[in-house]
Amino acid sequence: MDTDAVVSFDHVSPEDSHEVHVLAVDDSLVDRKVIERLLKISACKVTAVDSGIRALQFLGLDEQRRTSESDGFVPSLKVDLIITDYCMPEMTGYELLKKIKESSMFREIPVVIMSSENVLPRIDRCLEEGAEDFIVKPVKLSDVKRLKDYMTTREVKVGSHDRGRGVDDVGVEINNKRKLEEEEETSDMSSSPPSISTLSSSPSVSSPSSSPTSSPTVLASPIRRLKMSSTD
Amino acid sequence: MLGFGADLLWADMNRLLAFLFHQGVLDEQFLQLQQLQDEASPNFVSEVVNIYFHESEKLLNNLRGLLMERELSDYKKMGIHLNQFMGSSSSIGAKRVTNICVAFRAATDQSNRAGCLRALEMLEHEYCYLKNKLHELFQIEQQRALVAGVRYPVQNQ
Repeated sequence: MDTDAVVSFDHVSPEDSHEVHVLAVDDSLVDRKVIERLLKISACKVTAVDSGIRALQFLGLDEQRRTSESDGFVPSLKVDLIITDYCMPEMTGYELLKKIKESSMFREIPVVIMSSENVLPRIDRCLEEGAEDFIVKPVKLSDVKRLKDYMTTREVKVGSHDRGRGVDDVGVEINNKRKLEEEEETSDMSSSPPSISTLSSSPSVSSPSSSPTSSPTVLASPIRRLKMSSTD
Repeated sequence: MLGFGADLLWADMNRLLAFLFHQGVLDEQFLQLQQLQDEASPNFVSEVVNIYFHESEKLLNNLRGLLMERELSDYKKMGIHLNQFMGSSSSIGAKRVTNICVAFRAATDQSNRAGCLRALEMLEHEYCYLKNKLHELFQIEQQRALVAGVRYPVQNQ
């Protein structure tokens, strides 16, 4: 077990395009191990890095390679999803999100933010910046499964990642979801939008969680399933 | 006879787990970790937990150091350490430890030295308890694997 390595990835051949490749970013080694396993067991290839800077380096977007987009640099492994922790030293997940969305080469890659805190303004900010989803830690198998469903949906909808048009479809979809949420909860600031997985959290401590149950079962509560289907 | 032993150990393990759940020491996230353990990753839980122990001890030492400073204690830095501790504790399902971290962090937000000292003591105690119990759990699991291994010898040595 390479506890000292800050980057760990599976050896892939470029032809392996049907298996989802996820770039996971988290400064906590414990969380990296967990998210890595969650993804691998869900049949994803994983590259796990310990900082936003390393994530950008991996993509070829770091300061040293500022010209990556003009010199035709292509990262060796195509990334299908980026999942990043929010609270990280030096570069937060939000800052990483912004950098990715500013890049013409990588802005199509869905970015998911993870946070141990259920802070609504934070969630809103990330979604507004183009995050696909926001997961409240600890991350569970059901969260990862839902992310995989995104990927499949995207591919079916868009056809291929190279088509830039797909972004607009997904962007519109997100906006519609948010509009629905805003209509549903006009003044009730304490409940979070049901279409994102804040409901999966039970140890959330700061703000009141809208999670309808704190029972020890890992099964999704029927209420959560109902809520999720009502906004689809 | 050996199979019977393995079953007893299995029962012991479940009894201990049930106890820890009942006490609120562990929550369902620990079960989630167990679900991630399989033939491909047969020691996943103990690997992650050992990383957690290693990191936690560093964090606890840092916290104690910061709090014992003769000059003004750096409450902000303590808060950062506590965020890390909270995060990893919740990731492995260490519920009681996580909750104490929350209370501790609230005390750092208020620069409440007495509160911090109390919280640190509770945290160290709770962490110690957790570590002992998890070691116990892993020991039973190891014994069970040994006993099962004797009965069903591994093909490739």
